[in-house]
Amino acid sequence: MKWPFGVRTSPATETSERSFRDVVMPHLDSAYALARWLVRDPHLAEDVVQDAILRGLSYFASFRGGDERAWLMRIVRNTAYSALAARARSKGRPVSSYESLDDAAALEVVDPGDDPELALIRQAERAALEQAILALPVELRECLVLKEFEELSYKEIATITGVPIGTVMSRLWRARRTLQDRMLEGASHDA
Amino acid sequence: MTPEQCSELALLIQADIDGELPAAEAANVAKHVEACPSCATLQQDLLELSGRIREIRSPTAPPALKAAIAERLGAPAPRRPAAGRRAWFAGGLSLGVALAASLLVFAWLPKADMAPDVVVAAHIRALQPSHLMDVVSTDQHTVKPWFAGRLPFSPPVKDLTAQDFKLVGGRLDYLPGQTAATLIYQRRQHLIDLFVWPTPPTPDKAPANGSREGYNFFRWQAGGMTFWAVSDLNSQELAQFANAWR
Repeated sequence: MKWPFGVRTSPATETSERSFRDVVMPHLDSAYALARWLVRDPHLAEDVVQDAILRGLSYFASFRGGDERAWLMRIVRNTAYSALAARARSKGRPVSSYESLDDAAALEVVDPGDDPELALIRQAERAALEQAILALPVELRECLVLKEFEELSYKEIATITGVPIGTVMSRLWRARRTLQDRMLEGASHDA
Repeated sequence: MTPEQCSELALLIQADIDGELPAAEAANVAKHVEACPSCATLQQDLLELSGRIREIRSPTAPPALKAAIAERLGAPAPRRPAAGRRAWFAGGLSLGVALAASLLVFAWLPKADMAPDVVVAAHIRALQPSHLMDVVSTDQHTVKPWFAGRLPFSPPVKDLTAQDFKLVGGRLDYLPGQTAATLIYQRRQHLIDLFVWPTPPTPDKAPANGSREGYNFFRWQAGGMTFWAVSDLNSQELAQFANAWR
């Protein structure tokens, strides 16, 4: 991993006891998950997190306290958007399906209570739902992911995505309706 | 209830399953759902979808990434040394090769055309953690007196909160041949450094605005002072800032 500058970290201000490290380290999983859902590529997601940490370092001096996770997630989200824009400029190739998020999905142990056939069906449904989420427009996807996986409030999601709460609500609504439609379509194809 | 009213309720039903409704409103929604089969179906579908989404395992950061970041950020750093030359000097050094060139330029050629490089370099250096502010305050009546006794001049300090440029603090900068009072303003995530010093007897030949290394700058003079505003903010908004200040 290469870092452009030999930056050192230290507390933002004399009044702040919390270092950048204290703020960032507990939220790396959330940061990576958001990056991964947004850019849909494991390597790019790692780059996004690294870049976001660097950006965070330079903003940290102005961080006034408050919700640390939302602060970091907002930087990650904006960095992911920059990365997506850069990638669109460089290739602009539409993608029809995405690498599974769960690298270990194939090895997942099924619930021993289920009969094997039913377990396989469930696993396939889960994979289909995951693909349907990944296929959502990014502005719907980010709201859904922040709500369902990060369990953030509408207000926090609004802060991170930089849109009003009403917009968060309607995006969540559209995301969920789209997923329901996709799942129904999938079911009727199988039948 | 008519279907139109029900469709207005959809967002409330969603807010209810998302745990966003105060108790009284949640009770209203529950009452309606009990009496309205289509809303009951909607609620059931949303709950089921939510449950199924949560069965998907959201990815976690790879251990190698965590380790790299942890190593990069190091152990919790010691408290900063007292503000002033030492901190400034250490900051300049830690920037490393990227800025060495501008620092050299800085030392050898402190004349007019280099001024944009000098102030942009000072701005970049200040963005390093703990070098941004010596006095942290959003109050112009705190920031202005702080400079008294630290500088041979008294810089004007303005509150531009109404124009959406928030004053966040101030610091001293030691530029070649010049001590500057620096005011820090913020718009969104962008920080603006406003360097202020008394206008020298020989006027500056530097351009009034431009950009260096992705940072925009504006220069103007007023009341015997020279002002340099530097930021990664886009040049339009930075021009707004300069105009608001003038």
